[in-house]
Amino acid sequence: MSDQQHYQQYGGQPYDGQQFDDRQYQQQAYGDQAYGEQQAYGEQSFAEPQHPQQYDGQQFAGQQRGFDEPQQQYGGGAPEAAPQYGRSSRMSESSLRVVWVYPDLLSTYGDRGNALVVERRAQQRGLGVQRIDVRSDQSVPTSGDIYLIGGGEDRPQRLAAERLRNDGGLVRAAENGAIIFSVCAGFQILGHEFINDLGEREAGLGLLDVWTTRGEGARCVGDVLAEVNPQLSLPQLTGFENHQGITHLGEGVKPLATVQVGRGNGTGDGTEGAWRDTVFGTYLHGPVMARNPAVADLLIKLALDVNALPPADTTWYDALRTERIASAARPA
Amino acid sequence: MPGTDSEAARDASLPARAKIAVTAGKMAAALSQKAGRGSGSVIGGKVALKLDPDLLKTLAEHLDVVLVSATNGKTTTTRLIAEALRAAGPVVSNALGANMPAGITAALAGGTDARFGVIEVDEKYLPMVARDTRPKAIALLNLSRDQLDRAAETRMMAEKWREGLKDTEAVIIANADDPLVTWAASSCKKVVWVAAGQAWKEDAWSCPSCGGVMQRPGDDWFCGECGFRRPNPHWALQGTHVIDPHRGAWPIQLQLPGRANLANATSSAAVAAVFGVAPQVALQRMQAVAAVAGRYDVVQFRGRDIRLLLAKNPAGWLETFSLIDGPPAPVILSVNAMDADGTDTSWLWDVDYERLAGHPIFVMGQRKLDLAVRLEVAGLQFQVVDSLSQAVDAAPEGRIEAIANYTAFQQLRKAVVA
Repeated sequence: MSDQQHYQQYGGQPYDGQQFDDRQYQQQAYGDQAYGEQQAYGEQSFAEPQHPQQYDGQQFAGQQRGFDEPQQQYGGGAPEAAPQYGRSSRMSESSLRVVWVYPDLLSTYGDRGNALVVERRAQQRGLGVQRIDVRSDQSVPTSGDIYLIGGGEDRPQRLAAERLRNDGGLVRAAENGAIIFSVCAGFQILGHEFINDLGEREAGLGLLDVWTTRGEGARCVGDVLAEVNPQLSLPQLTGFENHQGITHLGEGVKPLATVQVGRGNGTGDGTEGAWRDTVFGTYLHGPVMARNPAVADLLIKLALDVNALPPADTTWYDALRTERIASAARPA
Repeated sequence: MPGTDSEAARDASLPARAKIAVTAGKMAAALSQKAGRGSGSVIGGKVALKLDPDLLKTLAEHLDVVLVSATNGKTTTTRLIAEALRAAGPVVSNALGANMPAGITAALAGGTDARFGVIEVDEKYLPMVARDTRPKAIALLNLSRDQLDRAAETRMMAEKWREGLKDTEAVIIANADDPLVTWAASSCKKVVWVAAGQAWKEDAWSCPSCGGVMQRPGDDWFCGECGFRRPNPHWALQGTHVIDPHRGAWPIQLQLPGRANLANATSSAAVAAVFGVAPQVALQRMQAVAAVAGRYDVVQFRGRDIRLLLAKNPAGWLETFSLIDGPPAPVILSVNAMDADGTDTSWLWDVDYERLAGHPIFVMGQRKLDLAVRLEVAGLQFQVVDSLSQAVDAAPEGRIEAIANYTAFQQLRKAVVA
């Protein structure tokens, strides 16, 4: 038997061009619960669009225009129509588009958890979610609402930076005001540069005014507790860090938080992560959203452009937070 | 088991330094055992290696050595290979999973007139142990993420294997369905490729050779950029049969459950064949294995049957979910985060707990709250409990599947005999 036949017999099917992404799926458009039955949201009034517009594949920029224009007051739509939060223009029309960037390269530390928690927290508020997992040989769509980019090993990090620079999609999305949340290796990629697996300086995307050097001392590994910048109105952060890089912050960003336990950016000044406008970076794993669901809620609020969301159960998150915060605060 | 006749005969043939080291090691082990600190094999091995750093080499010289390494399945496969090779001669093995140099040295020092040394090796130590023991065969099963806070990155591990094994004279028995293992093995002179399958694919989306994006149509895989691709296998697991290089199909009848163990049996049959043991003989002998270091053991506790299953990382959990009884079988999940488990629990989010929908689920262990959040986000119903007794008493009828990570598993084993 020839090698080829041999090979075929052992299950080699002809390549059918199918993408790997079996996790890419579209959630049902909206929850079953009618929106009017829920309590009102902060100052934002809840209204439904008369003509829910379907996503037409246009770039985000077109829709983004409406963001700063006077808000149209929608009348009560048909009962079946998809409910819409307050000023909806930031959000793609029919559902929240959560783009998970490069799970094939940057998903080493349970980073899928951040996508799952954002999805879950949005669904608990009756929002439809469309999660788009973008593999590194696909182009990053520019029309997402929330972009998540996770942690990874040194070599995949270099490959991810190369491909994101060449693709340009994430940079265009950022220029359009997209919400971007990055963790660890992803955080470093959003900065100006980092040290790659070959020991060379590798250009990042420059979306955050930070740059990363390689720490000479021991790797930063362990639990972290940090107080968040008060402007963000978030409770204390808990997470797990594991990195060699030292990230320096420039004038164009603020520290996301100040560490109480742990190393954070590793610069010795107590800063953890960085942030400007709607672009965030952190070193916290855990995953960070699982330990801090308020972070997921913040991203959803930014996407909807509302100040508050209806409450959603946090019993288990709270129990976990209490335990992890106590454990980290306990002297070793 | 100190002091058997054949052991004395073997020890007498050792060089003086090795003899002293073996004796001192045994004394240390006996002391440790008396002090109630476990079997003492690791401390014994440490003492012996300190006295004679070449002891492992010396002990291995008399043996046909087989090394087994992987992220998952190495203890079970070591056991299956040991059973199979007993058809051809006596075997010494580190059957209890002490898989670093000290534990391996202790196991071999306890060996008697064995012809074969079948040795499980921790991934990190494989190149070193391969250099010291001059193995005839090395089985490489899989590589995937494990213990994020301290383990080396998977591709770096594959590179260590690739560098460390490239000059070995051993026959490499390697899983052709795992791109990282394939890359590690493909620099070796003699490789037997086994299509043993790979359920967990999340660590092999980028080409270990060039970094290109891996294409994975069906069971095949290849790099679209550099052409690195799945080699043609000599052996394969097809359904519940081993296909040998002559196209013979041999039914696998194991007491051990699950696809992963069918894969382990296939690799074991390929190893046995290197030493002239025919697949049908090898497979028949593997059938005798019912549990490995307590794994897969069905125990009685508080009047209930509980099957104890070990799952240490995402790949392991995935394989475990595929072998448990379907709903409404009750499931107990226990997760710890001690040093031996890895202290970062982020990996829980790589596990598809969604697969447990329909099972009554009980959650325990040191990190039960991490699990609770994970299951809540998966949209599952579950109950958080403080102890195995509480979980068992609350569980509806049926055999209970208890899945735990490393130290949580040891605790379950202790709890059921208490």
